[in-house]
Amino acid sequence: MNWRRLAAMAHKELIQIFRDPRSLLVVVAMPILLMFAYGYGISFDIKHVPICVLDRDASQQSQDLLKHFQASEYFRVVKVANNYRELNAAIDAGRCQLAVVIPWDFSRKLAAGGKVEVQAIVDASDNNTANVSMSYSEAVIRGYSQQVQLEWLQRHGLAGASTASAPIRVDARTWFNENLESSAGIVPGVVVMVMAVVGTFLTSLTIAREWERGTMEQLISTPVTSMEVMLGKLAPYFVIGMLDTTLCAVLGVLWFDVPFRGRWSVFFLSSTLFLIVVLSLGYFFSVVGKSQMAANQMAMLATFLPTFLLSGFIFPIDQMPVPVQVISWVLPARYFMTIIRSVFLKGTSLAQLQTNLLALGVFAALLALLATRAFHKRLD
Amino acid sequence: MAREPEKVRQQIGYMSQKFSLYNDLRVIENLRFFGGMYKVSSSALPERIRWALDMAGLTDRESAITGTLATGWKQRLALGCAVLHRPPILFLDEPTSGVDPISRRQFWELIHRMAGEGVTVFVTTHYMDEAEYCNRLVLIYRGQIVASGSPTELKQRAMKGELLLVECEPLGPALETLKSAPGVMDAAVFGDALHLVVPEASEAVHTLNSYLSERGIRVKKIETIRPSLEDVFVSLTTTHAQSAPDRRPQ
Repeated sequence: MNWRRLAAMAHKELIQIFRDPRSLLVVVAMPILLMFAYGYGISFDIKHVPICVLDRDASQQSQDLLKHFQASEYFRVVKVANNYRELNAAIDAGRCQLAVVIPWDFSRKLAAGGKVEVQAIVDASDNNTANVSMSYSEAVIRGYSQQVQLEWLQRHGLAGASTASAPIRVDARTWFNENLESSAGIVPGVVVMVMAVVGTFLTSLTIAREWERGTMEQLISTPVTSMEVMLGKLAPYFVIGMLDTTLCAVLGVLWFDVPFRGRWSVFFLSSTLFLIVVLSLGYFFSVVGKSQMAANQMAMLATFLPTFLLSGFIFPIDQMPVPVQVISWVLPARYFMTIIRSVFLKGTSLAQLQTNLLALGVFAALLALLATRAFHKRLD
Repeated sequence: MAREPEKVRQQIGYMSQKFSLYNDLRVIENLRFFGGMYKVSSSALPERIRWALDMAGLTDRESAITGTLATGWKQRLALGCAVLHRPPILFLDEPTSGVDPISRRQFWELIHRMAGEGVTVFVTTHYMDEAEYCNRLVLIYRGQIVASGSPTELKQRAMKGELLLVECEPLGPALETLKSAPGVMDAAVFGDALHLVVPEASEAVHTLNSYLSERGIRVKKIETIRPSLEDVFVSLTTTHAQSAPDRRPQ
C-alpha cells in the first residue's frame, strides 16, 4: 500500500466526479430529490378524504351532523348532492371516496328518541383508504350521537349523569411517534433508501468507466495495486456518501420535523458501516459488469427493490411470511433500517443496538472483502 | 519477475495503441495523476512535468482538457505520461497509428532522443518505413517470429536473390509474362514500375531486356535497387506461408 498512489487515485476520482455533470447530479440532486419524493410521496396518514353528502332531511339536526363531518380534519366535503343520481355520479367519477346519506326522517326519529340510521357509501377500490375512512366516519357519528344523548339527558334534568355516558374509555398513549404520523417512520427509512441507492449507484460506475473509456489499459501498466485502486476510488465516494447521509438526516429533522432522539455518534457509526456495505457492493458490480450500463442496472436491482420491500421500510418484517423473513436476514439494509429508526425516534442506546450493529459490521467486512477480491489487474 | 509485477511495472513505461489517458482531465492533471501512479517524488514532479510538457509541445496548453487535443498532441502527452518516472524500458504499441506525417516524424525524433539517453525502446508498428528507424527488428507474421536482426542485416540476409526495378510499357502484360519468365522468382507492381526478385541481378538485366523486347514490351529502364524492409517482409512472409501453411486462421 502506497499513500502517494492512493492519494493520486482519490484526487483523480474527485476531479472526475466534479467535472462530470451526471455524477454531480447523482451526488447532489438525487439524495434531495429522493428525500422529497419519498418524504411527501409515501404517507399512510389519511386526511381530508373527499366526501359527498346528501341531506334528505334538511333539518337543523341533520345539518348539525354534517357540520361534524365538515369540522373533522379527516374529511373534506366536496359535494352536496341533491339526489342519489348526483351522489352516484360523484362516486363513479372518483370525485369523492365516501358519501354520507341522511334519511328524510332523521330529525323526526331523533326527536322521538328512536334509533336512526345514517347511510355511508364508500368507494372500496382502495381498500386501505376505504377501511380507514369508514372507521373515521363511524367515529364522527359516534361523537355526534354521544352529544345527542348528552343533550337529551341534560334536557331531562339529569346533568349529573353526563359522566356516565361513556362508562369505559380507552386512553391510548402512543410512544415514539406521539401523533402517529407516518412521516416519522418513513423519513428515517428514506435516509436508508437514499444511502443504499446513491451509494451503490456512485461506485458502480467507477471501474466500468475505466474499462469503457479504455483508460484501464494505461492504468494496468502502472505499478498501482488493486487495493490502491479500490481504496483510492472508494475514499472520495465515502466522503460524499457521508455528506449525503448527513444532508438527508438534517433535512429529515429540519424540514420533515422528525425527532432525532438518539446520539449522532451511533448514527455516524452505523452509517459508516452501511456505506462500506453499499460502496463495496457498487464497486463489485462495477468490476463484474464491466460496462457502466450493466453495472448500474445490477446496482439498482440489488439495492432499490430489496431495500424498498424487505428492509421493513414500508412493510413490517414480522408480518411477512417466514420464508420472506429469512431472506430479509441477508439484507444489510434491514439491520440499518432498525438502527436508524431507533436512533431517530427512540433514542435507543448503543448497547441495545449491538446485535444489529454487529450484523451490519459483518456484512461490511464481507462485502469489502468481496470487493477487494473481485478486481484483478489483468487485461482480459 | 512474475512474483513482483508492481516492481517490474515501476521499471517500464507503456503507451498503448489506443489513446488511454483521461480525456476529461486537464493535460496537467493527467501528468500529475501518472506522476502519482509512478511515485515520482513531489520535489521532482514539477520539473518532470515541465520536461514532459516541453517535449510534447504542450507548454502553453497545460490546462486544456485532454479530450480537446489533436491526435498528435495526445500521443505525445501519452508518451510524456509514460516516461515521467524515467523508466529504463519503454514499450510503445503502434504509437503513430492515426497520426499525421509531421507529428509522426516529431514522434520518432522523440523516440530517438530517448534511445540516445539510454532508454531501451520497444516499438510495434505496421509501417515498414518506421521499422527502418530501429536498431534491431523482429518480424512477426501470424504470431510467429519470421526473422530478426538490424535493418541492414535483414535486407542482406533475408532476401533470397536481388531486387530489380523494371520500368516498361504496357505494365499489365509485362507482369504476366515476367511471372513465368526463366530466373524470375517473384514479380510485383510497385507504383508505375515492377519489382522483380532474381538470383543474380547483373546477369538478369541482360536476359530480361531481350526477353521483354521479344514479346513486344518496350523497356524504359532496368536497374538494381536496394530492397526496402517492405520487400524483405513480403519476401519472408511469402516463403514462410509456403513452408508453413495456415496454422493459425486469421
